[in-house]
Amino acid sequence: MGGTIRFLLNDTEISLTEAGSRDTLLDFLRLNRRLTGTKEGCAEGDCGACTVLVGRLHHGRLHYEPINACIRFLASCHGCHVVTVEHLRGPQGLHPVQAAMVEHHGSQCGFCTPGFVMALYGLWMQNPRPDMLAVETALQGNLCRCTGYEPIVKAAFAASQAGGQNFDALTVERDRVTAWLADLPRQRVTVSRGDDRAILPADAADLAQVLAENPKATIVAGATDVGLWVTKFLRDISPAVFIGHLQDLKHIQITPGQISIGAGVTYSEFEPFILQHFPEALDYWRRIGGWQVRNAGTIGGNVANGSPIGETPPLLIALGATMTLCSAAGTRDIAVEDFFIDYGKQDRRPGEFVQAIHVPLRGDARIAAYKVSKRHHADITASAAAFHIETDGATITDARVAFGGMAATPKRAANAEAALRGQPFSAETFEAAAHAVANDFTPLSDWRASAEYRQTLAANFFRRFWLEQSGQDHRLRRVE
Amino acid sequence: MKQDVIARGAAHSSIIHDSAEKHVTGQADYTDDLTLPEGTLHAYLGLSTVAHGRISRMDLDAVRKASGVHLVLTADDIPGVNDISPNGLHDDPVFAFPEVQFHGQPIFAVIAETRDQARRACKLAKLDYEELPFALDAMAARDAGMGYVTKPLTLSRGDMAALDAAPRRLDGRLTVGGQEHFYLESQIALAIPGEDDEVVLHTSTQHPTEVQHMVAHVLHVPANAVVVNVRRMGGGFGGKETQMNLFCCVAALAAKRLKRAVKLRPDRDDDFAITGKRHDFVIDYDVGYDDTGRIHAVSGDFYARCGFSADLSGPVTDRALFHADNAYYYPAVELRSHPMKTNTCSNTAFRGFGGPQGVIMAERVVEDIAYALGRDPLEIRKLNLYENGQLTPYHQEVEDQILPRIFEELEASSDYHARRQAVLDFNARAKSMGGTIRKGIALTPVKFGISFTATWFNQAGALIHIYSDGSVHLNHGGTEMGQGLNTKVAQVVAEALGIDIARIRITRTTTEKVPNTSATAASSGSDLNGMAALDACRQLTQRLTAFAAEAKGLTPDDIQIGETVRMGGEDMPFADFIKTAYIARIQLSAAGFYKTPKIHWNRETGRGRPFYYYAYGAACAEVSVDTLTGEYVIERADVLHDVGRSLNPALDKGQVEGAFVQGTGWLTTEELWWDKQGRLRTHAPSTYKIPLASDRPKIFNVDLADWSVNRENTIKRSKAVGEPPFMLGISVFQALNMAVASFNGYRANPRIDAPATPERVLMAIEALR
Repeated sequence: MGGTIRFLLNDTEISLTEAGSRDTLLDFLRLNRRLTGTKEGCAEGDCGACTVLVGRLHHGRLHYEPINACIRFLASCHGCHVVTVEHLRGPQGLHPVQAAMVEHHGSQCGFCTPGFVMALYGLWMQNPRPDMLAVETALQGNLCRCTGYEPIVKAAFAASQAGGQNFDALTVERDRVTAWLADLPRQRVTVSRGDDRAILPADAADLAQVLAENPKATIVAGATDVGLWVTKFLRDISPAVFIGHLQDLKHIQITPGQISIGAGVTYSEFEPFILQHFPEALDYWRRIGGWQVRNAGTIGGNVANGSPIGETPPLLIALGATMTLCSAAGTRDIAVEDFFIDYGKQDRRPGEFVQAIHVPLRGDARIAAYKVSKRHHADITASAAAFHIETDGATITDARVAFGGMAATPKRAANAEAALRGQPFSAETFEAAAHAVANDFTPLSDWRASAEYRQTLAANFFRRFWLEQSGQDHRLRRVE
Repeated sequence: MKQDVIARGAAHSSIIHDSAEKHVTGQADYTDDLTLPEGTLHAYLGLSTVAHGRISRMDLDAVRKASGVHLVLTADDIPGVNDISPNGLHDDPVFAFPEVQFHGQPIFAVIAETRDQARRACKLAKLDYEELPFALDAMAARDAGMGYVTKPLTLSRGDMAALDAAPRRLDGRLTVGGQEHFYLESQIALAIPGEDDEVVLHTSTQHPTEVQHMVAHVLHVPANAVVVNVRRMGGGFGGKETQMNLFCCVAALAAKRLKRAVKLRPDRDDDFAITGKRHDFVIDYDVGYDDTGRIHAVSGDFYARCGFSADLSGPVTDRALFHADNAYYYPAVELRSHPMKTNTCSNTAFRGFGGPQGVIMAERVVEDIAYALGRDPLEIRKLNLYENGQLTPYHQEVEDQILPRIFEELEASSDYHARRQAVLDFNARAKSMGGTIRKGIALTPVKFGISFTATWFNQAGALIHIYSDGSVHLNHGGTEMGQGLNTKVAQVVAEALGIDIARIRITRTTTEKVPNTSATAASSGSDLNGMAALDACRQLTQRLTAFAAEAKGLTPDDIQIGETVRMGGEDMPFADFIKTAYIARIQLSAAGFYKTPKIHWNRETGRGRPFYYYAYGAACAEVSVDTLTGEYVIERADVLHDVGRSLNPALDKGQVEGAFVQGTGWLTTEELWWDKQGRLRTHAPSTYKIPLASDRPKIFNVDLADWSVNRENTIKRSKAVGEPPFMLGISVFQALNMAVASFNGYRANPRIDAPATPERVLMAIEALR
């Protein structure tokens, strides 16, 4: 075996012949490279103090996104350009984002500040003229306990006024970095420290081969959950197979009547398609984690993980999605709803991986996706529901309503669906479904919500759906 | 002597935080960023997995044999006392043994080559417990007869017969949740052993002197052997007033045993489990009032979840009583604290220090009265405001009341009355049309007493050196946790010496420079340390003026120290002048000192003047509530807050905004949740939800009452700012109550408990539907 992890760190080429599967980017930056501007606040991807930019080639184009270094595994940085806060300050002094933060008193204790600077830098680069929604969305993954955020938001707008993107270091370096990344050979890389192995397959076919050789391997895509297995539960994940870099798992294909999503597509990469094909779910989509999490986490990982509180399964199930599972022996297709067998148990056989998810596109269906959590953004679901309702005008011809947070798995509400199917498309029908859903689930009480609250929400989602469909005042929006 | 040239960076100017550029570039060093001495080892703590029990077996062999482990420390390894109680009650062990009193209590420490090794080794411990009965919350503790962790307090004044005699009467219970500090930088200590019994600590504490004493006691060495350094904290909020003692003592103990530097930084989950939080309270109140809404008498019982030890629960629960009047005069009053012992982490200081829990009861009471009488709560607030000359429940005379003017200005700037009517109209429309959104609006005040109630803490020192090149080195006993204390004190010095602030280097706080300091707490940092620095400046300017006058044959009135030193008709640059003074053997260093005048407090009699002055403020908040989910948005908040003559309006505004949002977090989405086994399940930001940028008020207008001048002779007539505006978040809480009250026609206060999570809001609505 043997191999080398290669990536760019600011303006330095990094080559690592020894690395463990559990090594995090954050520890590498702080302990190995002494780049201490990137802070550890929570080690679980929820505070953003460790935000760095990661640049990678996506269909040949170099693209930078903020991610959480604390739950980013070092090995998965192979083929990337990692940019830390230390890279921002140029010979001319402060970067426009930094200058705006200083001028608007955007730091107090300063510990979260480098992370905010990097998230704002990512926004400034991607969206030179952000509106309030864009700024607040970009800051969903960053916690500040001192300022109350007002000066940071002001700094975001001031930085956009300052402009300067064309002279930015990452713009100036773009061609050189692109060439360097493109030149890396596409081949399997394996690194280890002792018995601890990290494997990066060359492509999806090689992934099948790696899994055939290592049926007990941990498959790691965005690591937004697996990262916590390591940082919080101190679990061993070796051998770990990293798949976030595999371009052939990142395809999004639209054919008549269907959109196929490669399992490695991140939430952020899919967001434009949500906007285009399922605009009703856009707000829901932006409630998945914070920006950094959406830049790292994958749809395939969210499904494969099997969590009862993952956001994508209720939506995919309601939309009638299917999925392709692949192994060295071949592929098979199943309905997404059949993948979830029980808590922690999915229909994924040894050696298999999720290759793609296929969502039917039916133009005439009425769709909605709702989520409630204690905090509106970057919080885990208390209860979530997705609706896919078909009518022939006056009558409901088909109803698929799937819930998260209500049972041990993401699950359809059979009784409520039955109360809808074949009934008039009316307030009374949805009120009946709101009552019927009480018989569908026996939710838990925990720190996120009581069973009673979850039941009440489940019922109210049906009322909300009717209000929304009938054009009435139906929900609170922070930004119109 | 009056300066005719204002120094750059002088007091009252809005200069930037002295570390701002270092913050944004990642160059500001926190303890975890320091370059480590060669051979530094890493410690990690092994924690209890039961809420209460007696350790029947502790097998640490596998821990000792784990990869990279150098040492395992338990209670047996402490050369001094196994106690870090900050109050002399000896109830707070470094390592628990044989009895453990909460889930997450430290029992042992592992010191290994790497932090990861130490952390993994901790998991190998084999502990058996004889489990004992436990009580997790204040009421369960009362029912179980757990008793108090510290002596309770009663405040009383007036004839309580007024309660029965009042024309109207109401009583109620308010449950108000605690709060995790969630400083972004977790607890951390780096100990470097020295020769003999010396040890140096680099840490992140609000109270270096206390750490010094605790380490000395635990190591059984004199305080002069221990040096504690704090450059800056990544947030404190009270959570680093006493809570850092544990981490420093363990690191120091290990460092001395191994003669190697040792660093200890818990994971965020363990930080949550181990350290204390804001006290949650159950408050039973009974109020007599009349048809006009005037309060006649108030009786209140304040049950606090203190945790397993006293820590600061005594003064915290005292302060809850001190602020149970908020801004309102109670003609007769009796308030009783019940600091309950519970099998949970030992709750501690948190911005407001019990005050917010007192204030929120007062606000609940006025709202109850307003709903009962069908009146705008603001009318009841105004009717009951203190007038100068009236006595508080602790017999201090209110002398500096400015809330009527603050109310008047805020009512106008927020357009309160028109907007309240618009909210009422909106809700009426929603009711008739079946709309799902309801609104609420509230305007609430704060009056907050400034000073440590332990009178002796109200002292401070500062040390200023002028080096012979004219550069100035400033040190004081306060600590920088983001509030801009160092900047403010430097501004005071720049103005007093008439020099550019760029000439002043603010250095880390260290017990070597200024001894016997108080915690940077109780909002007192600038008041105390600014005055101490000013005293040092006075000494220096007196010496330098006398020297110049004598040298030039002038009177002191002819001399003006500053960037340009003026001596009669002769001007000289500051650096040149200092060089001359040095050559003439003038002492260019001065230690300043300050103690707050006028204050006194007798806890036995419940009488005194514990507070030097009051800080005031008010906020008007409007919310929209989604009545299908209980979710809400803060549509707008207007704040008018009193900081006297601000030392730095930009920094003070930052404190007000940050405190407001932190206060709304306490009362909305921040919920602490223990399971039945006593394990805290909201243990990290994944489960404990502090406000995000998208939770701040959509429109957020914050103004300082720039006409306010502290009537007491504080530093530049400013007022303390850290804590008081925290309580302005209560306006959001009351606005949420109003939105819910729209479901009962505002006939009764829906009395939502805090925090008003979306769940509590929806369930309150469901109860009224």
